[in-house]
Amino acid sequence: MHPAPSVILFTTFSGLGFGLLAWLGLGFPAVTGWVAFAFFAIGYALAVGGLLASTFHLGHPERAMKAFSQWRSSWLSREGVASVAALLMMALYGAGAVFWGEHWRLIGLLGAVLSLGTVFCTAMIYAQLATVPRWQTMLTPALFLAISVAGGALLAGEIKAAMLLFPLAAALQVAWWIRGDGAFAKSGTTLGTATGLGGRGAVRAFEPPHTGTNYLLREFAFQVGRKHATKLRSMAMLLGYVLPFCLIVMPFAHVLAAVAVVSHLAGVAASRWLFFAEAEHVVGLYYGKR
Amino acid sequence: MTSLPAKTEKKLGLVIDLDTCVGCHACVVACKGWNTENYGAPLSDQEPYGADPSGTFLNRVHSYEVQPEAGAAQLVHFPKSCLHCEDAPCVTVCPTGASYKRVEDGIVLVNESDCIGCGLCAWACPYGAREMDAAEGVMKKCTLCVDRIYNENLPEVDRTPACVRTCPAGARHFGDLGDAESDVSKLVAARGGMDLMPEQGTKPVNKYLPPREKDGMEEMVDVLAPYLQPVADEAKGFIGWLDRVLEKF
Repeated sequence: MHPAPSVILFTTFSGLGFGLLAWLGLGFPAVTGWVAFAFFAIGYALAVGGLLASTFHLGHPERAMKAFSQWRSSWLSREGVASVAALLMMALYGAGAVFWGEHWRLIGLLGAVLSLGTVFCTAMIYAQLATVPRWQTMLTPALFLAISVAGGALLAGEIKAAMLLFPLAAALQVAWWIRGDGAFAKSGTTLGTATGLGGRGAVRAFEPPHTGTNYLLREFAFQVGRKHATKLRSMAMLLGYVLPFCLIVMPFAHVLAAVAVVSHLAGVAASRWLFFAEAEHVVGLYYGKR
Repeated sequence: MTSLPAKTEKKLGLVIDLDTCVGCHACVVACKGWNTENYGAPLSDQEPYGADPSGTFLNRVHSYEVQPEAGAAQLVHFPKSCLHCEDAPCVTVCPTGASYKRVEDGIVLVNESDCIGCGLCAWACPYGAREMDAAEGVMKKCTLCVDRIYNENLPEVDRTPACVRTCPAGARHFGDLGDAESDVSKLVAARGGMDLMPEQGTKPVNKYLPPREKDGMEEMVDVLAPYLQPVADEAKGFIGWLDRVLEKF
């Protein structure tokens, strides 16, 4: 799949932002006043910034409001509804914490559930697609949620939780990669089933339909070299999990925490790039690309 | 509404005969022509006369080589467009309700004024039947020429999809695949029509007729063959001498 920068930025930043908002909603840390304002500002900047980035890849962003209508069937629509509901609920909770020094438990809890619900919907947009076997697993939402909650714990300064959640997210990432590498072969979709000619012999793409490229090839036939994939996976693991973990184990300092956050973001962005770049869409079979 | 209808009154679709298709691409041209000049946003081209031309097409013809375990390889021309699936995954993922499947005839359509161009429906389609138009920023797909098949301004003979009307080999057929007594249903039954990627669970309405088995050579008797047998088993003259001399080394 084509790794569109807008979608990589969106899933990375929004995931982290909603992770932080979820922690804040649960009262970790139970901050008030200006400190609460700073925490909520960071959470909103990440979550809303990501959401805005996601509209850049739309053909008609001016019609984006229509996307709230089909929540009964569409995970993308559910994501939109959940994100707006989460942002509104957390705004109410945040206002209480900032202006009145109050923590309204129920509103915070609802906000946290909606924040994580948004991340779950984002992941389900990918996990629902039978056309991309690497994505079609409940490990995908598990991984997205683990990354969001771990990153959120880091930003919220919940170091004890982060020390547990970072290894968990890293383990899920490795499990997701291992499963994903065999997923396409396991799906049973081949050029033989794609053409219905597989029972007659070995099918080979002889001639493409056009001499030039097209939307399908640009969008779905992107493939990343195995050598680079291994390098990028190591980088994602190192920056995203190992380095932040080492930094938070050390005695607390704001500089180290900042480095941990930046490193984590870079690592997650690299793994998110791979999430798209390594994903093989079955339509590539028709073009002899798998 | 992007939920799929439980049942459609008709299942209009195409039957494509892989045995007859000659790979001339006339259907591709007819489709591009009709759907550029009629319903919806035109099918744009980018750099059509430049170094890197590309464009939007609703129908593309691939060619595949099938190599059986024994015998000669076979070339199969393979037109591919929207299969108007019963369980169309492209419809349910649409966040705006722009994609829908019609209850009256089962045609899968895009309401272009509601499409935000997110591309998720193209991701959900295993067949590559949907293409985002680079100029319009909306998703384009086969409409089964919905503006021809019910169009009473056209002569009756033209009330079929443009690809079917133009096919010079008669490799494309249009009809109601939900009616077991229709010509297309009978054709599918007689020729063993098949689904593409049945494991994806999309239940395509369009069917493909597999190429017929090639005739064998076993039964053929050629009365002239005996006259083509070699007349001399042993080489004579200079060649014979050379053969004997070289054998000795």
